[in-house]
Amino acid sequence: MTYAAGLVAILAAVWLLLSGYFDKPLLLGLGAVSVALVVFISLRMRIVDDEGLPVQLPAGLVRYLPWLVVEIVKANVDVALRILRPSLPIRPRVIRVRAGQRTDVGRVIYANSITLTPGTVTIDTEGDHITIHALTEEAAAGVLTGEMDRRVARVEGRG
Amino acid sequence: MILAAAVAAIIVTMGLALVRAGKGPTVFDRILALNMFGTKTVLLIAAIGFVTGRPHFLDVGLLYALINFIGVIAVLRFSKYGNFADPDRERTS
Amino acid sequence: MILEIVSSVLVIAGAIFAVIGGIGIVRLPDFFSRIHGAGITDTLGAGLILTGLMFLSPEWTVTVKLVAILVLLWITSPTATHALANAALETGLRPDVDETEEATSSS
Repeated sequence: MTYAAGLVAILAAVWLLLSGYFDKPLLLGLGAVSVALVVFISLRMRIVDDEGLPVQLPAGLVRYLPWLVVEIVKANVDVALRILRPSLPIRPRVIRVRAGQRTDVGRVIYANSITLTPGTVTIDTEGDHITIHALTEEAAAGVLTGEMDRRVARVEGRG
Repeated sequence: MILAAAVAAIIVTMGLALVRAGKGPTVFDRILALNMFGTKTVLLIAAIGFVTGRPHFLDVGLLYALINFIGVIAVLRFSKYGNFADPDRERTS
Repeated sequence: MILEIVSSVLVIAGAIFAVIGGIGIVRLPDFFSRIHGAGITDTLGAGLILTGLMFLSPEWTVTVKLVAILVLLWITSPTATHALANAALETGLRPDVDETEEATSSS
């Protein structure tokens, strides 16, 4: 029930922010109907739970995202320079690492962060092992340090 | 002026994606190019909205981003399993 | 004025990264490495251009929509990329690699 209330709050906020109207009864009414419909369907699909609405994450994500953005920028510059160099200095390799997260949501965040960082792409996940295609030795070494793994594990935190 | 240059650059990128879509050689190269073409379309819609002074284009861009994602997943499913639904068939085949 | 300069720098940088990513997917030798080229356009290309446009927004609703598009792209693009790479792998496409190594991260 708490999750349903949270879902209502989030959907209402999305509606208000995207429409930008706060004083038109017709639009607010349509918004209320839409929110009610979506919540009803979500409840029927039984997806309103801690996975559909991970309330424990945002606090950790706030600290994680700036670090991730910096990593993405660094990786982007590195890969971009390699693409532009005529000799195309890449050494693709495949590595397998263990994802140290407790929850599925945590593993998804980790795998998606790896993919989001150019130079490394998650190509397979099975259990808590993920297989990564890395464009260069350095990119592979970056994943192998396990720093991102630890930071994502901290995001799920004490949930 | 700057925005017009950005629009031109986005169109060039879309052209490069089309080159890869045309060359292939695998179906996945083509889907990769298609996905990239789609995300660049979102950027193009957003940038053109600003060039023409009609930021309401962004609503279209938002919707296009959603449709592009679902479209790519649908095409992938289709190329992988040969059908859009029927999850049982993928396990038996 | 300052906002316009900041915005121009970001938009141009994003456009450059987008074109580099485009060159990447044409130039890189095999499918799995081409994914990294597409990754550049999806992360920094899109990120810088949309952030640059935010500095030009005439009203706050426009900024909200730009943020929404950015968040959506940054969540969906790695998901789509992973689905694509995984589908390719399961279909039997093998990455063209120098070496494959088994490794366990330190944690």
